[in-house]
Amino acid sequence: MPDGAAPILEVSDLKTVFTTRGGEVHAVNAVSFELAPGELLGVVGESGSGKSVTMMSLIGLLPMPPAEIRGGQVLFDGVDILKMTDDELRDVRGSRIGFVFQDPMTSLNPVFTVGFQIMEPLRKHMGMNKKQARARAAELLELVGIPEADARLRDFPHQFSGGMRQRVMIAIALSCDPKVLIADEPTTALDVTIQAQILELVKELRLKLGMAIIWITHDLGVIAGIADRVMVMYGGQVVEQAKVKDLFADPQHPYTRALLETLPSVTGKRSERLKTIEGQPPAIPEQPTSCSFRERCSLAFDRCARENPALYQPQKGHDVACFWDVKTGGPRDG
Amino acid sequence: MADGALQEPILRVQGLKMYFPIYKGILRRQVGEVKAVDDISFEIFEGETLGLVGESGCGKSSAGRAILRLYDVTAGTIKLNGVEIAGMKGDALRRQRPEMQMIFQDPQASLNPRMTVGAIISEPLTEHRKLSKKETLARVFELLDAVGLSRDFVNRFPHEFSGGQRQRIGIARALALNPKFIVCDEPIAALDVSIQAQVVNLLEDLQEKLGLTYLFISHDLSMVRHLATRVAVMYLGKIVELAPRDLLYNDPKHPYTEALLSAVPEADPTAEAGRDRIILEGDVPSPAHPPKGCNFSTRCPKVMDICRLKTPEFKQLDDGRHVACHLMDQ
Repeated sequence: MPDGAAPILEVSDLKTVFTTRGGEVHAVNAVSFELAPGELLGVVGESGSGKSVTMMSLIGLLPMPPAEIRGGQVLFDGVDILKMTDDELRDVRGSRIGFVFQDPMTSLNPVFTVGFQIMEPLRKHMGMNKKQARARAAELLELVGIPEADARLRDFPHQFSGGMRQRVMIAIALSCDPKVLIADEPTTALDVTIQAQILELVKELRLKLGMAIIWITHDLGVIAGIADRVMVMYGGQVVEQAKVKDLFADPQHPYTRALLETLPSVTGKRSERLKTIEGQPPAIPEQPTSCSFRERCSLAFDRCARENPALYQPQKGHDVACFWDVKTGGPRDG
Repeated sequence: MADGALQEPILRVQGLKMYFPIYKGILRRQVGEVKAVDDISFEIFEGETLGLVGESGCGKSSAGRAILRLYDVTAGTIKLNGVEIAGMKGDALRRQRPEMQMIFQDPQASLNPRMTVGAIISEPLTEHRKLSKKETLARVFELLDAVGLSRDFVNRFPHEFSGGQRQRIGIARALALNPKFIVCDEPIAALDVSIQAQVVNLLEDLQEKLGLTYLFISHDLSMVRHLATRVAVMYLGKIVELAPRDLLYNDPKHPYTEALLSAVPEADPTAEAGRDRIILEGDVPSPAHPPKGCNFSTRCPKVMDICRLKTPEFKQLDDGRHVACHLMDQ
């Protein structure tokens, strides 16, 4: 991950709101982040923290309405994606930004062969003819570690196992040599031994192809093993952002700290009792004016109810949105 | 407690088999069977938690359901509190039901959306106990208190609750008849990390307070390490290793247990970078056509010739654990 290189993706102040019968839901609140070329950014958070919606908004995959992007800018290679027409966006999606979704069972079309589905983006985006696309599809299947690739192109998704289907999804996402790959919980539906296979594969492909990856997950263990940098989301906002080693060694936000403490481990010390985070994740019916973690936070004080903390930078490359300074053990000034 | 040799186990399962028939063709003739649970034996002692781990499709849920006699078992014996229930039917079986209960994985699907919380929790009471309305309500309140829900929730419906709260309702229902033995089938798999810890702590508190015995089915190896007294690892319908918790996690003997433990990601980047991971090749074979010999022989990194010919015996080692692997004979 080259430090200081111009970011391939630059998101600033992104706001996404859903209008439902029960009122508005502010799913993404002023999210800003950058992605350097070749970098793997892990995005962690619980369900409803806005991690998926953020990524879906920035490439226009949300149904609108009910979703609405209320503001912000998403610069991909210097061009604002949010201002693109649908046609332009379609060109970017699937070719320069690839996607892998959580559930490999539902994201492949059951009535087309796997070969057809890999060849589709190749023919649409790369202008290949059938023969070229077929050859490239076989190559891709081999790349993601599916044996007898040529023969398996004729198979339908149901003839593949879960792990193999996820490999097919990765092959499709990689088909047009994307600069950015967005993977939304790609291993959550898989068993641990199969997850380990997929993680190995992604590490290998990264070295080979050099694309940047955004890896969305709720599993801090997966993030620890694969990411360069981590972004923690809560209540539709980024609450902490740091290099992976810094985040795990020196978590600054009370939520991150609590999250790490609740996790039991298979190798470390075994605790007699698990630490918990009491309460529920918040509903966000309006633009937050206070810290959204306040009610579950053991360190909350009066300022947390009055203001919504912005990202501070206690160290270079480590941002945290909290009024409490864990270093000094007191409120932050400024 | 697991080591008490004189202690009579609360549950003794021997040679349990649960085969599901496969029907095909216009006459729906049986053409084969899925050997979901294929000859497993184990015991659970009073007050302990036996963790049953394995990947999806290994038969751990089928085992849990077969033990509670939600299925008619194919073969084997299940002794609960000294009573043989594997072959029981009708009324006799029904009388045993209050002794054994289940907490399900998906609290969304296991609670009837048209019933109020009060009705859900009191249903086992109206089925099995002759209580007046007042007594029933008092018991429901008691149960709500026990699982940490407000008494005001009694007239609300499941959709008004979050996942963690719904799981608490499911737990209250399971506790209604004062069972001694509860099968927890992936009770935290559908919950968020921060909520999982809450539910696990509740299960532990209840165990201590009410002297419950759990069969805790899960694919989450780190949570099982936290909860279980002993752990059984299943692969393709068979238990491959059964050992006290620390023995299993510190020094796994079966190659599958080793691979499974090494595949679990740890929330520690430094440890992750230095870890030597065993990556298993391929996928789990279909339980309708298990391989000849050892079920794990198709993926085992330490496979020998004998593994492809002969099914290994589930044998006790000197340290007290049970392992089914030919490597142990060497």
